[in-house]
Amino acid sequence: MSIAIAMVLVVAGSILFHLLSPWRATPIASNWGFIDDTMGLTFLVTGAGFVAVILFMAYCLYRFRHVPGRRAAYEPENQKLEAWLGIVTTIAVIILLAPGLFVWGQFITVPKDALEIEAVGVQWNWSFRLPGADAQLGSSDVRYIDSTNSMGLSPADPKGQDDLLITSGELHLPLGKPVKVLLRSIDVLHDFYVPEIRAKMDLVPGIVTYFWFTPTKIGEYEILCAAYCGTGHPQMRGKMVIESEADFETWRTAQQTFEQSRKSDASRDKRASAQ
Amino acid sequence: MTDASVPQNVAPPPAEVPEVELYHAHSWITKYVFSQDAKVIAIQYAGTAIAVGILALVLSWVIRLQLAFPGAIPFIDANVYYQSVTMHGMIMVVYMLTAIFLGGFGNYLIPLMVGARDMVFPYVNMLSYWVYLIATLVLVSSYFFPGGPTGAGWTLYPPQSILTGTPGHEYGIILMLVSLILFIVGFTMGGLNYVVTVLQARTRGMTLMRMPLTVWGIFAAAVMALLAFPGLFVACLMLLLDRTLGTSFFMPSLVELGERKDYVGGSPILFQHLFWFFGHPEVYIVALPAFGVVSDLISVHARKNIFGYRMMVWAIVAIGVLSMVVWGHHMYISGMDPWFGFFFAVTTLAIAVPTALKVYNWVLTLWHADIHFTTPMLFALGFLVTFVNGGITGLYLGNVIVDVPLSATLFVVAHFHMVMGIAPVLVIFGAIYHWFPKITGRMMDERLGKIHFWITFLGAYAIFFPMHYLGVLGMPRRFYEMGETAFVPASAATLNIVITVIALAVGFAQSIFFYNLFKSLKHGAPAGGNPWRAASLEWQTPETPPGHGNWGKQLPVVYRWPYAYSVPGAPEDYLPQNAPPVRGERSP
Amino acid sequence: MSVMGLFFIFIATVAVMWLVRQGVMESPWLEEGEVAHYRRVGGAEPPTAGRVGLAVFLAVAGCLFSLLAAAFFMRGDAPDWQMPPIPGVLWVNTFLLAASSVALQVAVVAARRANAERLKTALLIGAVTAALFLIGQIWAWRELLELRFFAASNAANAFFYLLTGVHALHLIGGLVALARTTDKVRGAERVTKALTTRVELCAIYWHFLLFVWLLMFAMLIGWADGFGAICRRLLS
Repeated sequence: MSIAIAMVLVVAGSILFHLLSPWRATPIASNWGFIDDTMGLTFLVTGAGFVAVILFMAYCLYRFRHVPGRRAAYEPENQKLEAWLGIVTTIAVIILLAPGLFVWGQFITVPKDALEIEAVGVQWNWSFRLPGADAQLGSSDVRYIDSTNSMGLSPADPKGQDDLLITSGELHLPLGKPVKVLLRSIDVLHDFYVPEIRAKMDLVPGIVTYFWFTPTKIGEYEILCAAYCGTGHPQMRGKMVIESEADFETWRTAQQTFEQSRKSDASRDKRASAQ
Repeated sequence: MTDASVPQNVAPPPAEVPEVELYHAHSWITKYVFSQDAKVIAIQYAGTAIAVGILALVLSWVIRLQLAFPGAIPFIDANVYYQSVTMHGMIMVVYMLTAIFLGGFGNYLIPLMVGARDMVFPYVNMLSYWVYLIATLVLVSSYFFPGGPTGAGWTLYPPQSILTGTPGHEYGIILMLVSLILFIVGFTMGGLNYVVTVLQARTRGMTLMRMPLTVWGIFAAAVMALLAFPGLFVACLMLLLDRTLGTSFFMPSLVELGERKDYVGGSPILFQHLFWFFGHPEVYIVALPAFGVVSDLISVHARKNIFGYRMMVWAIVAIGVLSMVVWGHHMYISGMDPWFGFFFAVTTLAIAVPTALKVYNWVLTLWHADIHFTTPMLFALGFLVTFVNGGITGLYLGNVIVDVPLSATLFVVAHFHMVMGIAPVLVIFGAIYHWFPKITGRMMDERLGKIHFWITFLGAYAIFFPMHYLGVLGMPRRFYEMGETAFVPASAATLNIVITVIALAVGFAQSIFFYNLFKSLKHGAPAGGNPWRAASLEWQTPETPPGHGNWGKQLPVVYRWPYAYSVPGAPEDYLPQNAPPVRGERSP
Repeated sequence: MSVMGLFFIFIATVAVMWLVRQGVMESPWLEEGEVAHYRRVGGAEPPTAGRVGLAVFLAVAGCLFSLLAAAFFMRGDAPDWQMPPIPGVLWVNTFLLAASSVALQVAVVAARRANAERLKTALLIGAVTAALFLIGQIWAWRELLELRFFAASNAANAFFYLLTGVHALHLIGGLVALARTTDKVRGAERVTKALTTRVELCAIYWHFLLFVWLLMFAMLIGWADGFGAICRRLLS
């Protein structure tokens, strides 16, 4: 008996918690509103299922609880009912799945005009690379990594000489322009995670992964790592600043290129050896 | 073994296979320590699993204390936190849940439920337990090695798991891998037994479609485990070689903390494929026995046949087959080819259909039933609530695009704890309350059992339901401290404290269960042979607890399915499987 | 993973067909009675527990080797992959293992005909050739190591040692079983039914290991490259 009441209370409590909870998804700052919509749809469908199943069960528990003299019915199966339930469930699953796959199709189709940038993860901080005037990123390999080349850019690749290197952990991006984020790790798995843009993807050492999004809201967002990468995992933070096209250009011109950084490092080394 | 003198097609042989020679213990040691009796092995398995499970429970307190009061507990630092997370996860999934369902309940119930005298390979069965025990000891021993146990997370993803940025990279990870390999070897020996016993040692009349769903669940889980564990075996073996010999199976060229390593060309994603090829079926290896047990508990205590038995069996088979081809849903954002997302999302959501049908059938079993609210029944009902809740959040995570924002957040943690932590554990408790009278001949205390149920069920729901919302908010998992993060409001920390307080309380409340267990062992009310008036075969043994060989002189003969409850016209509200039919009675 | 896929489809098909034959699609549970649904599959003698146990074990071992093969092909995709030269002794080994398999098959026939003498000889030849195979494998390892093809220097080398090593371990396990069988045969006064079954189980296991070895050998010497390419195309 009390279990029937408890089930009603569990359902009521869950719904109340959902309505009153202050813990909600962060305000979205990218084009992936569809993801939120799909999740909202999933919530409605599954929530209705949960409430229906548990309340029906609570009713059965109350209605068919043991009282002296009660005897259960004998009903091995009811194929018609089972078939119907199967069909209804299949339809519900298709309702959930179809939009999900549709949005996934968009997620993996990068717009042609997307700005390609690179995020590099290392235990435990972020650095970034933006293409220079040639709008192309140079090649890279772990082999090239040394004290003056922390991201491992190929010194011989002309495309890479004008690449902008951002080692401060602060990435700026222009508003409203699709961005393809190429992801590269030089040690372990990491994951580029900004809750407000919804999308995220692992960085896998040895290969280059990617995802894309369009920033839709000016502001500063925190970049976290969402793939456990050792004891410093929670401290692996970066900052993403979404700003107007003009502000972005100002910021971009202030960044150092690969060539410049090599030169300044080399001159510093020379000075050090001269002393 | 096979006696050719049995005439064929004239009369059925006395059993689907002839009697096996029974092993006889000659001393106390061979009877209770190196025993080949499945019932003793079952108790050994369950006892070891519960003991190591208590360690995992204590570790979960470490995790919760750190999340609620970061930095305030002197002995918890990042290393201890990650080691606790890793050991808690691995112990619960492999050493506790898998071992107790298959090694514990499987060993005890399969021979009794199918009417066999013992497992078909008793010696191998014994070895299985001892290898499992050694595996467990190796795992726990990592606490006593320099650097402690590994803190790589239970997924052990390379490259991180064998590099210096992870606690326990010295010995912990090696011991973990060796322990897992041993576990798999031990499990394979046990698994062969469970499968072959079901196939070969059923008594006369016990067709497959007359087996209780518990046996079906354990059988399907054992088959899946036999096919899935090699994935983990290969992954562990290759990772061990990467760690010890410096091979590059999974390790790409990398620079770790400024130092160039010798590895070249390996694929971390290959490890993930192999790991999840095991890891996802593993969920169902735990869930299917729980499904089976719950079916039986509900049917017995609601005095009604399980609704749609045939559908239940098909669903078990369908889930078993499908679950081998869904592993990729753990890797949507792993960097694997994104086109796989379509395939794995479809297979994953397809599993929801047979699973939902099982839920409907459990609930429909209650329709027009005669429900007794005994402790085992309460736990079964508690399972239904937590399982339905955890199952539907699986639809979020299986649907590839919805998974993208939720993956690696506390939503995932809440989901799998609800669906494969709390739900199976409730079933384990229910099963112990249910079968304790058969195992010991004494009843457990109902009042204490109900107190235990209410605290555990409501407490566990209160721990994990709100946690989903922290995940929706975006709080990532495996952060030993959140620190200052702009998007996380202060109220999230308060919720974490509340969750921790409830978790500690629920954890300590388990002592009620253990008190009840030990008290009832000595002082419980005598149970008689069949206290729940159940129809399945294990309750019809001539002795309680069942003696060596289970069935006395003659194996039972089975005349009907195990769910003949409240059959119209029958004198009682249940007909035991081995009760000969009475002429003129309506056939069930 | 397509190796795995093929293997899995095979297992699933066998399992589902078997279940259907066992009457899982019907509803015999509603009927009452003692023998209504006792059935012998195909009217033949029901298989012994040992035989079924071995079949299940072979499925597990097959799964293990399929996964290794899947990993081999997936890892083989990387640009650093460089297969080591194949030691010539492997051809001899292949012949030895095949001979061992044949010898055990002869043993089975001898056991069925209760020819104790021939059974003993065949078992001995089977065991010796299998042992020689193992020695040959060690020889191959040494040859590669002397040429400085270390496991750590290239993943292809590592796979060579891993695959042959896991296969050898299975064979060693088989040799233990074979030794015990041979022991029993020597102690027995006549060839019993139980003994014949034991010999049969050994032979089945030997054929399985030969089959696995042939596939593995084909992979190692590169005959399976075409298949690997298909796998990769299916994956990407």
